[in-house]
Amino acid sequence: MRILGVRPARLSLHAFLILTSLVWLVPVVWALYTALRPFADTAKHGYVSFGGSYDVKNFTDAWSQADMMHFFLNTFVITVPALVITLFFASMAAFVIARFRWRYNVALLVLFTAGNLLPQQAIITPLFRIYTTIKVPNWMSDSGELYDSTLGLILIHVAFQTGFCVFVMSNYMKTIPGEISEAAVVDGASVFRQYWQLTLPLCRPVLAALATLEFTWIYNDFYWATALISTGDKRPITAALANLQGEFFVNNNLVAAGSLLVAVPTLIVFFALQRHFIAGLTLGSSKG
Amino acid sequence: MADKRAKLRKLTGRDKAVLTAMAGIPALLTTALIWVPALGSIVLSFSKWNGIGGFDQIQWIGGKNYYNITHGYPPFGPAWHHNLIWFAVFVLVPVPLGLYLATQLDKRIAASRIYQNIFFLPVVLSLALVGFMVELIYAPEQGLINNLTGHTKPGNLVDWIGNPHLNLFAVLTLAVWRQTGYVMILWLAGLKAVDPALREAAALDGANEWQTFRRVVLPALRPVTIVVTVITVVETLRAFDIVYVVNRGKNGLELLSTLITDNIVGEAIRVGFGSALASILLVVSVLVIVPYLIVTFRKED
Repeated sequence: MRILGVRPARLSLHAFLILTSLVWLVPVVWALYTALRPFADTAKHGYVSFGGSYDVKNFTDAWSQADMMHFFLNTFVITVPALVITLFFASMAAFVIARFRWRYNVALLVLFTAGNLLPQQAIITPLFRIYTTIKVPNWMSDSGELYDSTLGLILIHVAFQTGFCVFVMSNYMKTIPGEISEAAVVDGASVFRQYWQLTLPLCRPVLAALATLEFTWIYNDFYWATALISTGDKRPITAALANLQGEFFVNNNLVAAGSLLVAVPTLIVFFALQRHFIAGLTLGSSKG
Repeated sequence: MADKRAKLRKLTGRDKAVLTAMAGIPALLTTALIWVPALGSIVLSFSKWNGIGGFDQIQWIGGKNYYNITHGYPPFGPAWHHNLIWFAVFVLVPVPLGLYLATQLDKRIAASRIYQNIFFLPVVLSLALVGFMVELIYAPEQGLINNLTGHTKPGNLVDWIGNPHLNLFAVLTLAVWRQTGYVMILWLAGLKAVDPALREAAALDGANEWQTFRRVVLPALRPVTIVVTVITVVETLRAFDIVYVVNRGKNGLELLSTLITDNIVGEAIRVGFGSALASILLVVSVLVIVPYLIVTFRKED
């Protein structure tokens, strides 16, 4: 028996998926609804109520009160270089591991992959010491050290995230036929040209997938930012959101608006790159 | 199978140097900023140090920190317990739910992409951000749940965050909300890699949907199963941001990660003690990670 040409099993599946989707959207929709209402209205009618006025004043207030423009800039100065260097480093290391047979391949893979899986708290004390010991010129860091500097934050993101990208990219590169670079070797192309002009262009799907994930992870980082940056002014936006929480009083409407604003860039990146997302995420194929 | 990878012997000296640099520079950075500190944590765990003075201020005290953690540090037991609950909940909810959603969304159904986006949406929010959302949902007088269930009057307030018996589960609900989409996408990536010919063969043999899944798809998903397992363990041990934003990991929300932070930053800095806690975390992670890597990479060479 079919209803409107759809099998009953499909209908109940869609019913289940729609219901689950609605539940999934509750926290975000609730934050949005709260953010659109003035504090005075929710204080008077309660949060679960209709009526009063709806406007974007909480968003503009959160924007100016938390000085968001400033912290968004901080975040981008950290995230963009960290993302680019991570993908560059990881693709080079993955190229060597996937394309050449040498003794250290497995050791390298373990070094990178396991490094990404360690809990951050397990390394923070010595890392902090290293960061306060290493002096860098003032034009690179106004604190004169890696600690409390944008440079230091970029470096730890690169060191930490390269592992995951090497793992995914080396898996992906192994699926590219070897004949392509063999032809190039015959033509006398250097290994760097084989990497840059032949292999990398074929890696676009996996680069897009990793860019989405890594942008999200680096952008959303809270731990390194609070542990390695002491000057509040230099922190990225995730760590600066705390500025919206008053000491004695929490304006939930304002916090909701701030949280949503912070999420906008990750949503944009996700929607821009999502077409490649699943296709590029090769975690180990069961084929051949 | 003939190895597609080129042998190093055929290369010129210059090419060899370039290759060494290409793998060596990233490896050096990871070693210096991840592995050296990891070893450093283990070394410092045998010391007593306030972290401020020079290295000559360090006193070496053997395994005393470990003894003190297990015998004279009340939050350690609860923290372990909470991490175990966290792990159990992550295994019991996001892993099977993510797999179920992924298998359904992998079929050719209408609006699959829209469902995928909705379930993945929480993953792009940071856990710190989710920590701020906790307030919107669980606050005693202003939160969504108490308002919906009519528990906002003094006397019948349910204090989801303040009550140490409730707050872990309140926070975990949102952590699960986020983890499920993450795990779903991993399963989905795995399902895309399952050879369709295998399923067709099973269908031709007259297997029903469940039999095909159980006998054909699930075994083919083995590599992803391992990835999901490791990620579940790692995300459990790393859990930090959400509880830290909610209440800095106090009063029922203690986790191993917050105890480490308590000891190495804050009023009374005990670097050795904090490092011993960190080393415990490190050893547990390595015990999970290394067998996984052995299984993953052994089949390659």
